[in-house]
Amino acid sequence: MTEQGVRWTADQVLALAPDAASRKAGGKLGTAGPWSEAGSGKEAVWGLCKGSGSRPYQTVVDLGGPAYKCSCPSRKFPCKHALGLLLLWAGDDGSVPAGAEPPDWAGQWLAGRRGRAEEKRAEAGGGAPAAADPEAARRRAERRAERVTAGATELERRLADLLRGGLASAEQAGYGLWEETAARMVDAQAPGLAARVRELGAIPGSGAGWPVRLLEECALLHLLDQGWLRRDRLPEPLAATVRSRIGLPAPADGPPERDRWLVLAQYDSADAKLTTRRIWLYGAASDRTRLVLSYGAGGRAPELSLPVGLALDAELSGYPGAGRSRAALGERFAAPAPAGFRPPGVTTAEAVARYGTALRADPWLESVPVTLERVVPVPDGERWQLADAERDSALPLTRSARSRPGLWRLLALSGGAPVTVFGECGHLGFTPLTAWPEGAREAVALC
Amino acid sequence: MNGTSTDGNGASPAGFWEDLVTTALLGTDRRPPAHLAPGRPAPVALLDAAAEATVRRRAGLRPARAARRPERAPADPRPALPVAAARRLATLLADRAGGASGGGRRGSSPDLTELLPQWLAAANAHGYAAPAQTLPALLDAARGRTDLRPAALAFAGPRALWLARFNPDWRFALRSAPGGAALPEPGDAEAVHRLWQEGLFAERVALLGALRARTPALGRELLAGTWPAERAEDRLLFLDALRSGLSAADEPFLEKALGDRSRNVRAMAAELLSALPDSALAARMAVRASACVSLDRTGGAPVITVEAPHECDSGMERDGVVATPPAGRGERSWWLGQLVEAAPLGIWADRFGGRTAPQIVALPVADDWQGELHAAWCRAAVRQRDAGWARALLGSPAAPEAGGPGAVSLAERAKLLATLEPAERAEWVAGFIAAHGLSEAFQLLGVCGVPWAAPLGRAVVDALNIARDAGSYPWSFSGVMGLAERCLDPAEATRLQALLAVPDEREDAAPGAGGYWAEAFQRLVTTLRLRAAMADELTPAGTAGAPEHQPRATASEAGEHQPPPAGADSDLNSGSGSNSGSGSGSGSGEHQAPRPAS
Repeated sequence: MTEQGVRWTADQVLALAPDAASRKAGGKLGTAGPWSEAGSGKEAVWGLCKGSGSRPYQTVVDLGGPAYKCSCPSRKFPCKHALGLLLLWAGDDGSVPAGAEPPDWAGQWLAGRRGRAEEKRAEAGGGAPAAADPEAARRRAERRAERVTAGATELERRLADLLRGGLASAEQAGYGLWEETAARMVDAQAPGLAARVRELGAIPGSGAGWPVRLLEECALLHLLDQGWLRRDRLPEPLAATVRSRIGLPAPADGPPERDRWLVLAQYDSADAKLTTRRIWLYGAASDRTRLVLSYGAGGRAPELSLPVGLALDAELSGYPGAGRSRAALGERFAAPAPAGFRPPGVTTAEAVARYGTALRADPWLESVPVTLERVVPVPDGERWQLADAERDSALPLTRSARSRPGLWRLLALSGGAPVTVFGECGHLGFTPLTAWPEGAREAVALC
Repeated sequence: MNGTSTDGNGASPAGFWEDLVTTALLGTDRRPPAHLAPGRPAPVALLDAAAEATVRRRAGLRPARAARRPERAPADPRPALPVAAARRLATLLADRAGGASGGGRRGSSPDLTELLPQWLAAANAHGYAAPAQTLPALLDAARGRTDLRPAALAFAGPRALWLARFNPDWRFALRSAPGGAALPEPGDAEAVHRLWQEGLFAERVALLGALRARTPALGRELLAGTWPAERAEDRLLFLDALRSGLSAADEPFLEKALGDRSRNVRAMAAELLSALPDSALAARMAVRASACVSLDRTGGAPVITVEAPHECDSGMERDGVVATPPAGRGERSWWLGQLVEAAPLGIWADRFGGRTAPQIVALPVADDWQGELHAAWCRAAVRQRDAGWARALLGSPAAPEAGGPGAVSLAERAKLLATLEPAERAEWVAGFIAAHGLSEAFQLLGVCGVPWAAPLGRAVVDALNIARDAGSYPWSFSGVMGLAERCLDPAEATRLQALLAVPDEREDAAPGAGGYWAEAFQRLVTTLRLRAAMADELTPAGTAGAPEHQPRATASEAGEHQPPPAGADSDLNSGSGSNSGSGSGSGSGEHQAPRPAS
């Protein structure tokens, strides 16, 4: 723990912003003008920000979270005041002196927050909280399993009907058919099946080659159904993967792994109801890459936000399922700090081999996290590749990666020279998420 | 990526897969599947086989062959930005990216978008290289704002031009790069000749401009070589390019251009010649103008009398005089104006008995000719860049009729001011504001050097203070406020502290104005601090002693410590200075034409 903790960079602060408007508003507040009584110390930053009202807003950030509190009415996390305060602190121009003692209003919140964390830790030490009624829980789980089985059976019948009549007819049926089936899967309490079914509906309109993609996805859905219906005959790890793919909830009950976790990438994807934030972490000692998910409902930004390029000393616990690659963030022992390391990289051939190997444990896997060492972005007609600097092989970029501004940042960083790139490698290609230019230590986010 | 090419079964897996897809597409009812596991219903057997094939295909993926790699971007030898400055740039560019939600009241925080031009000019003066990851945002910024383009492209450097080739949105960078990588060295005669003969119009204009900046004679000879074959519009713009590096050596060529087929080209040639006081055209105009204007001593006090020309002869027309006046103007006064405008100002001292310019301007003019005559002298002073005459025509800034004698408009006064030295210019405008307030000062402030000299800055702040006390709302002065945020010397921030408090509301004041003024001053002070911090961050560590409140001084100082590298980069830099006119970076100290800030 460093009391005089190294300050973050403006990029890292801006990466915490829930949306572009907040980034802009926060950028404007990142100057000394509206701030007074600002200070930092004890892994926290605080200050008073003059707004349009007569009373200034009280803003405080716990860097250990990071967690934010502000007396403004904004529902965004972090709000523009917290972002502005962090930017001011990152600018290190003397307006946020270090080593200060927090004023009462900030100290109370910090103490309360940290006290609760202590309690939680003590509780966890004292043994898992006893389930209210193990017998009732078991009955509930059984009832749910029955429903899922009924849903999977129905889905199998619908898939068989589809194949009997031909995929060509599915093109005419349109979304309606799939929406209705998806709703049935929601009723069957199998959200994983529902999501896959809904995605099937979009494939017939997705351009050339749709029958191939539709058959692939139908077949994998069939495989998942069959996996569920015969789960008692599967080895336990694969059965756990099937349960998690079906969408059954399970606690992150893996043993806690304490490490210095480097934040490799953070990005959001949103549908009408839910924003999903994916955060990739890499452990320096364990050499493992883990995925942490955070959700925001109803247009809100997910609460967890970690600055790319920094490392945090924390515990992660894996969820059940293949390789336990998804994890929950447990206790954090220190605020994120500059990392000074990065994951070792592989060649493009090793990257696809890694994806192939991972399919053994989870055949439904879309992609695996991979760091590519010494690759060059190369235009290939309308598409783009990442080519090994020393070999003649390359990975095509995914369609979504081609349309993101990150592609241009990657190309600018490379300038035709080799770079190290972290991203997701799968059957659709490679999606670059973070890059390190030759010789530089600092990560540049591409998403 | 490619699938595996062989399979243990002997049958081609690709063929097998295609067969599955065809069956799936048509339906197993119509096309019963061949060689599938028996004992299961056909659709289920098909799904089983497809699942296996899909996972097998995905597990067996191999990398693709690499396409042809692009050549490497040229090295950028400029030093890297200091860390704090790189952060600042990220913030400035992030603000630009989110700029869609503008509008509404501006509040008390600075407008970062307006600071980007200054930041770029200062960074260019230091000769820093742009961080690679900022290049896309810089190119987007340059694409969106043409006024930003030269400075942004100069800062973005050679790697940005390399990058721009890959994205059609950034093609503009390849076209408009001032003195970009495409221009040959002036010494490379063959390459220069080839580009002049075969290049696109924009490239040829850029080439001519670059040559005129360094070897004016070479540029003129190149132009003379192809002159008769050029189209009229092109001739006009090429001729305009001769303005830079204009000298007596150009006179023969320009004299010939006076006989051009195009009237616009003739007028342009005449204008250029009249800017050369020793040219034959200037002498001819001097004779004509002298004949029209004389001193009448017959009465008590000497009076200037004007006898406007009675006709516009072919000689006058050949010398660029336009015969037909615009609607509503008498033709004789129209001709007179053109003659006086094109005559060297030096002739008037002789004509009026050795009087100086101020004395001549002070002479009474008979028969209402004063407006016409003084306006023509103003145009002549601007064209000939004659500070003495400009000073005389401007008069005292405190003069009651809102400045200068005669019919000198604000626009003309701004042009006259531009011929003065920056310090004198600032002093005159300061005097003007002290006497007349801010309501008419916007255009004049726009021609003052950045940062504003101390007397000018004080005058503006005092005038704003007076405006506040008069009880009006600050947005009546938003244009001047915006200029002040960008141009006021950051050292003034301390003097502004007293203005930040919300004053007690007075009876006669506009409701709530006090609070808005405090907010506006808050924004002004914050912006000034920010500019000081920006300048400070850009100062290399070794020269930290440079005072932060003199961004221009530190910029040029540091420029001497770290001269910009030779070759393409210095081309880019000089190009940005002369083309952008965006204020603090250019040597002339002129500020870009003012833009209202909100």
